[in-house]
Order: sequence, then structure tokens, then C-alpha cells
Amino acid sequence: MTEPVLSIRNLVVEIKTRHAVLCATDKVSYDIAPGEILGVVGESGAGKSMAGNAVIGLLNPPARITGGEIWLNGQRIDNLPPNQMRRLRGKEIGMIFQDPLTSLNPLLRIGDQLAETMMEHLGLTKAEAHTRAIAALEEVGIPAAAERINSYPHEFSGGMRQRVVIALALCAEPSLIIADEPTTALDVSVQAQIISLLKRLCRERGTAVMLITHDMGVIAEAADRVAVMYAGRLAETGNVRDVITRPRHPYTDGLMGSTPSASAGQRRLRQIPGAMPRLHTLPPGCAFSPRCERATDQCLNGPSPTLEADSGQAACWHPIKLEGAA
Amino acid sequence: MNAIVSVNDLTRVFDVSKPWLNRVLERLPKSNLTAVSEVSFNIEENTVYSLVGESGSGKSTIGKMVVGLLGNSAGDVEVSGVNLARESNAETIAKARDTIQMIFQDPYASMNPRWRVKDIICEPVAAKGGETVGLAEGLLEQVGLSAEDASKFPHEFSGGQRQRICIARALASRPRLIVCDEPTSALDVSVQAQVLNLMSDLKDDLGLTYLFISHDLTVVRHISDRIGVLYLGRLVEEASPDDLFEAPKHPYTQMLIAAAPKMDGFGREVEPPKGEIPDPINPPSGCAFHPRCPAATTLCAQFRPQMRTISGSRVACHHAG
Repeated sequence: MTEPVLSIRNLVVEIKTRHAVLCATDKVSYDIAPGEILGVVGESGAGKSMAGNAVIGLLNPPARITGGEIWLNGQRIDNLPPNQMRRLRGKEIGMIFQDPLTSLNPLLRIGDQLAETMMEHLGLTKAEAHTRAIAALEEVGIPAAAERINSYPHEFSGGMRQRVVIALALCAEPSLIIADEPTTALDVSVQAQIISLLKRLCRERGTAVMLITHDMGVIAEAADRVAVMYAGRLAETGNVRDVITRPRHPYTDGLMGSTPSASAGQRRLRQIPGAMPRLHTLPPGCAFSPRCERATDQCLNGPSPTLEADSGQAACWHPIKLEGAA
Repeated sequence: MNAIVSVNDLTRVFDVSKPWLNRVLERLPKSNLTAVSEVSFNIEENTVYSLVGESGSGKSTIGKMVVGLLGNSAGDVEVSGVNLARESNAETIAKARDTIQMIFQDPYASMNPRWRVKDIICEPVAAKGGETVGLAEGLLEQVGLSAEDASKFPHEFSGGQRQRICIARALASRPRLIVCDEPTSALDVSVQAQVLNLMSDLKDDLGLTYLFISHDLTVVRHISDRIGVLYLGRLVEEASPDDLFEAPKHPYTQMLIAAAPKMDGFGREVEPPKGEIPDPINPPSGCAFHPRCPAATTLCAQFRPQMRTISGSRVACHHAG
């Protein structure tokens, strides 16, 4: 297997509040290989964005990394001083946020925003950067790029803006892109355009992508592997096809059952009782145990189950047995 | 079957002109945005009728006109046989209005944070001087919360629980029709499943009718009895869920269904749809979809297609069928 671009080992992010220390991600581990799209799914508050922000060093205090390691291309980056981390952001790691309007500067022409990034990270002159900026916009499918380069962000539609953000994330040729809900604010037809663009660019350049989303459909179509998060912990990782068609963790199974699937004509959806616990009321043992129908005494009171990175398995004491599994 | 809602050639035009002084100085004409254009459909009693479409397709505007939050520019809305825009008898209108309620998208914004849940739920009845003793407690239990929750405030609940409170409030005045504007869009998948199940249980128990507005095709397919697809304020296709998803007839519906992410679409390479929704202030001539349509001809650019009934579906396309 090739060397992973990003390797997270037992990452712990804690938020210190007046009353308690909350654990936003608890011993999360995963790898992303070059050219691979890792989908990170979970419901709101599951800690999926927290892990992404920890990698790029954008955690807002009081949230901070208190344990574990983050390796990018063989270099440990979780303990880098801020000025070195700053050089890495944008150069080695690109970021795409949910809302394209707030991730662009409304007062600068998009060409200048692209050129600034390239001059900073690639050491190009202004003229070179300008030419490269036009090429970058053409690559993400913006028509008449040479003219649109002098437009301001508000002159673009939502889908076009997200393309500009993707061009901005890619222009310094990073080895890793973190896409945090890149299509949630977009319509279905534009979403299809953006996902297909992201897949094409990732394949052509061998960029690793961490795709954070709550939409299982997007994950199924775009991701190679998937990591399911629940209450700050990894519930299950594995090949996307295996996790979606043959989930082993009861939470993943419940999540699939509650997604109204296009093919099934059933009248009732399977539902998971209750809601995800808040971080300050996490139950002892497995965080999913109060909602789990397979829970036993071991789940409720024992240590929380863990999972080894990359083996493709569930963090569960009683995973669902696969039929005919070896 | 009798229709509880009957919408006929409904049109809504918004005036989006600049202030008159600017218009005079810059010699600009008035500009109008046609949000809804000649939409007609019927909703049968005790069924779920869904409107789907992308942003700007006018689905929420139709919902607001059906409940009466917005007036219409042309056309008719009839609810329980009463034409809300033309009826002159105030008492008849008030009676018809009592049978309509609405559930909004954002359960955080649609409740007064300073009111107790009990007061929020009873308000539609209390405002009419009705009897409210024990009403909130009973409704809370009906939507899966407990009677003790009645004296709490909205901030003490999660998003899914708040949406249940909104449903309880909508049920308080014993409506026959509930207009649901993206009721589960702000919720997580597992909570969405709970709310959708609750809504279909209530429909069966109380004989409710829903006008369900959503952009999520999988949700719409799951819950609906009949689906109307909107594009740029026009109804382009109306069919039963199975017909619509198995054999979409309008090119826009075909594009929309092909573009929607599928749970079994592993590594699927779709040809992404071309172009974007045009500017509603200057909609294309003829069929609004013709600039993006693969099957468009000169006929499409010149004439707006009429609704035609083809094997149980209604389609507005010159070339369908």
C-alpha cells in the first residue's frame, strides 16, 4: 500500500468549559491515500467537522488537540508552531467550506484572490499568477474565464461561486483537500455538477480528499471509503460499498434504515429511538448503548469499544454478523 | 374522491422594480418577477401532495398562497369548496381558514422563545376563544413527547422535539389540511425518520391532508401519494411517485432524478446537468426549460406547452409521450 497522505492517530480534541472538559473527538484514527476520497459522515454534533478543523489547524479556542498525532506526508503537523502551520495551510492542505459566499472576500476580485494564494505559496510573479488563475478557473468549468476573472464574488451564482472556491483550494496544488459539506447549500442539479468536478480533479491530480457530509447519497457516489462518526467517536470505517450495503455497527445500520431510500417502497421508515447524546451527557461505556437494541451490560458499563484504523470494522461489542462471512 | 384543495391557474407576480426615483432618473422600466405562473392542481382528501423543485421554483410561494399568508395575483385557490380570494362572506372564510394549518422549516425560528410550550400549542385555539384546558398535554403525548413538557420553554428541546411541538401546535385547532414547508430539511437523518413516521401516523389517525413542500426527492418519494414538479414557477409534471421515479416524462424531471445522489450509486459517473436555473425576471420564451433541454426544438422556444394528460400523469412538454 502506498504511503497515506494524511494519517490521524488517536486524535483527541477537547473543549474546556467552565463546568467540564468535553471530548469533541475521542481517539479518532483514519488514513487517506493519494487520490482517495474518504467520506466522513455523522449527524450534527458528531465531531466530523471538528476532526477536519483539527487537521488544518483551525480549531477555535477553547477547543484544542490534547492527544494523538496528525501526520501529513510523513511530517507530524499537530504540534507545529502557528507560523509553520500557516505555510502549510493552502499550500499542502486546501479547504472547501459549506457556504461559498462567506469563504470568498466580497471586496476583492476573484482573480486577485486566486493570484494572492499562488504568489504566496508558489512564489510566482503577478503576471504568472494571473495566467495561472485563468487556467485554474477554466479547469473548474467556469465559462469565459478570462473575462470572469475580474468579477466580484457577488456576480456569480451559488454553484459558480463554489467552483471558484474549489479553484482557490486547488490552485496551490495541495496534496490534501478537506471539503466540509461542499454541496449542502446547493441545489440537486448543481450538487451533481460539483461532485463530478471534485471527483475528476481528485482523480487527475491524485489529491486526497476528506469529504465531510451528512448526505449518505453523496457519500455513496463520491467516496471510496467512509468513516461513520457518532458522538465524537468513530463508529465504523470501511469500503463505502460494504458500509452502506452491509453495515456492521448498529448505528450505521439504523442510519441506513432511516434514510428514505429511493428504491424501497415501504410505508414506514425504520427509526432509531431517541437522539444523539450531547457531549456533556455522554453515557458511560458505548455512546450508542442507550439507543441500541443489541446493547448488553458490557456495552452500558464496560469500556467503550474501539476500532483499529484501516481494518474496516465497527467499534461495537456486538457487531452485526455478516451472512456467509469468512 | 373529492378534492380538499383545488388550485386553478394560480399566479403570483412580485414587483421587484427599483424605487420610483431611480426609475425616473435612470429611465428604467418596471420589473416583475413571476414566482408562480398558471399552476393548477387538486389535492384529494387524506392524501399527501408534494411539490418539489429547486430553489426559486416557487414551491414555498404556492404553500403560502394556499394558507393565505400571501395574496395571489391571478387564479383561484379553493379550500374545502371555499374560494378564499373571492368569497365575500367573512364567516365562511374564517371557517375555511380554521381547517388549514402550517408547519415551517426551521423549528428554532417558528416558536416564540419566551413562551412556554403550553402557550405556544394552545395559541391557535386561544386566539379564537376556544377551550384549552388539557389540550397541550394531550397533543404533546400524541406527538411522542410527555405531558410534563408543557411547562418548559422551547430552548430546552432538541431540533426534532421542537418540530414535534410545531406539529402539535398545527394539530391544536383540528385542521383538515396541513401545509408543510420543508418540515424535515433542518433535521438529521435519524430524527427526520422519526418525524416522517409521526406525520404519516397522524395522517392515518386523524384523516389529515398534507401539502408537502420539499427539495429532497427521496423524502418526497417516500411520503407522497402524488407529486408535482415545479420549474421556474411552472408546474412541469404531475404524477404518482412510482410513475414519476420509474418513468419520468418531462426532460426536467428526468434530469433532476438522474442528478439526485443515490444510495446504491457507488462510484457512479453521471453526466452532470448542464446550465443553471435562468433568471426568473427574464424567463426564457416558450417553454422555460428549453435552453437546457436536450430535446428542444424551435416549437419549444416559441410556445409555452400546455398541460397534457398522458397515462395518468400530467406533463407540460411538447415532445413528451
